[in-house]
Amino acid sequence: MSLTTLSVAFVPLVDAAPLVVAHEMGFDREEGLSLDLVRASSWSSVRDMLAFGRVDAAHLLSPMPVAMALGLGGVSSQLCALMVLSVNGNVVGVSNGLAAKLPDLPFGDARAVGAALVEASDQTLRIGVPFPFSMHAELLYYWLSASGLPAPQSVEVRTVPPPLMADALEAGEIDAFCVGEPWGSQTVERGLGSLILPGAAIWSFAPEKVLAVRSDWADSEPELTGRLMRAVWRACRWLGQNGAHTTAAEMLGHRAYLDLPSDIVDRALTGRLVISPSGEIRKVDRFVEFFSGIANFPWRSQSAWIACQMAGRLGLDRNDAMDRARGVFRADLYRRHLGDIGAVLPGASDKIEGGIVHDTAVAAAQERLILSSNQFFDDEIFDPGAQQ
Amino acid sequence: MSKRLSIVVVEQDRDRALMIVDSLNAAGDNDIFVISEVSGLARRLAERNPDVVIVDITSPTRDMIEELTLATAPMERPVAIFADQSDDSLTAAAIEAGVSAYVVDNLRPEKLHPVMSAAIARFNMFRRMREELAETKRALEERKVLDQAKGLLMKARGLNEDEAYGLLRKTAMDRGKKITEIAAALVTAADLLS
Repeated sequence: MSLTTLSVAFVPLVDAAPLVVAHEMGFDREEGLSLDLVRASSWSSVRDMLAFGRVDAAHLLSPMPVAMALGLGGVSSQLCALMVLSVNGNVVGVSNGLAAKLPDLPFGDARAVGAALVEASDQTLRIGVPFPFSMHAELLYYWLSASGLPAPQSVEVRTVPPPLMADALEAGEIDAFCVGEPWGSQTVERGLGSLILPGAAIWSFAPEKVLAVRSDWADSEPELTGRLMRAVWRACRWLGQNGAHTTAAEMLGHRAYLDLPSDIVDRALTGRLVISPSGEIRKVDRFVEFFSGIANFPWRSQSAWIACQMAGRLGLDRNDAMDRARGVFRADLYRRHLGDIGAVLPGASDKIEGGIVHDTAVAAAQERLILSSNQFFDDEIFDPGAQQ
Repeated sequence: MSKRLSIVVVEQDRDRALMIVDSLNAAGDNDIFVISEVSGLARRLAERNPDVVIVDITSPTRDMIEELTLATAPMERPVAIFADQSDDSLTAAAIEAGVSAYVVDNLRPEKLHPVMSAAIARFNMFRRMREELAETKRALEERKVLDQAKGLLMKARGLNEDEAYGLLRKTAMDRGKKITEIAAALVTAADLLS
């Protein structure tokens, strides 16, 4: 059987794992596909390659297609998210200078860390994020403004490419950062900073990366879209198994992908983080999640939350923004293409974000569905229906 | 009449930057400025407030420039050149060559065209040079392995050079492999046994 080649762009990060695994474990060939993985060094180049047809699909920051639907950031073609590739996986860290000013903090307590930052910051706090439209930026704005450090008065969020984050910290250009693994661990390895908070401590179920395609491609190539989604979904299911992380870390560390020692990659996959240059270790549950808790379902309420946050910050109409964002996360395609191969389908495509303290069983199309803990650090809830 | 364009080239490699500037100078009378420092890039760009920013598509610094495309930024509504899809062939050529450019929203196409064409031609040349270099390196590497393998055979089996090469070639044909693969396998095996 001859294989159809699909080119897929990715940025070298631990959460590119579903695409790497789909290829390395042959889930692509099961669907008659051969994924040609194209490594990119910036999110803007991933977006451009996808928008202008240089690649067919991409590993993308979940807020990027939403921003494009709102007309932000220049490129006007429309992208959509077929599924969520990963939930959580970011980490917040501080420079050694700022760490010295902070008291001994309970790792992962967003309230306590937020209060300590307010206490310690005598001038504008400069924080690096990988991209202006990223979950990193959204989580930081959400957490810091609720903690009493509103942007832009008290906080300056700057874009720093992840591979340059450690350099920016060393050069004193930023005081803190929020970045995806393995780049947080890299700053610790280089002795330049300490990790103070996993992203999950701000929102315990934040959609981080999505599998994105051009909206017109999804419409004109329904069959290829289905095959791609099935291959990647099976890779996510494989990653969700106990014991997959060692093999996955080996694959990801390979020269063609992250080009890093597998033990650094393994930290994120197992949630065992080395948080300071002195070698302290903390275990984080669900540091990054590829499958369980129906992690791959592209909830419309997730895109609505992102749109609502961006609109609030950039002075756009919230209801209009949420309307435009609704079609970006393609819950319809997830139902159409993945229901038959055993993906659990929820009864509705919107849910209330936040407010789930413990894993909770809810109604689903075929069987019982367990929703994972989904909680904002300040116990707020986001009800997309009530916003309208 | 038409005022000169202010163009910023973001490029860390000095030689490459000079070559790009040369090409742009040849394309018209414009103000060209090179930024080679990554630190504080967004601020430096905002200070110069250029009409056009040209940067390698594979440069990680692109994401820093993206920040300026936000409406609140000081640079007046810069957009990625790709946003203007009125000229698909130019966009396609730019992506193929690896050029990305940011331009102010209202820049007239006839002013931008010569600049972009020059940049695209130059970047295409860079790409060809890179490919040629990679190809030369690979050829040298293969040659080295082949010579090592021939040497091993000559010593172990008492063959002359032509005979050693003939044996490698025959083995490769019998196995349906490339001669360099057979040579590499032999060198690896010899390393392990030594």
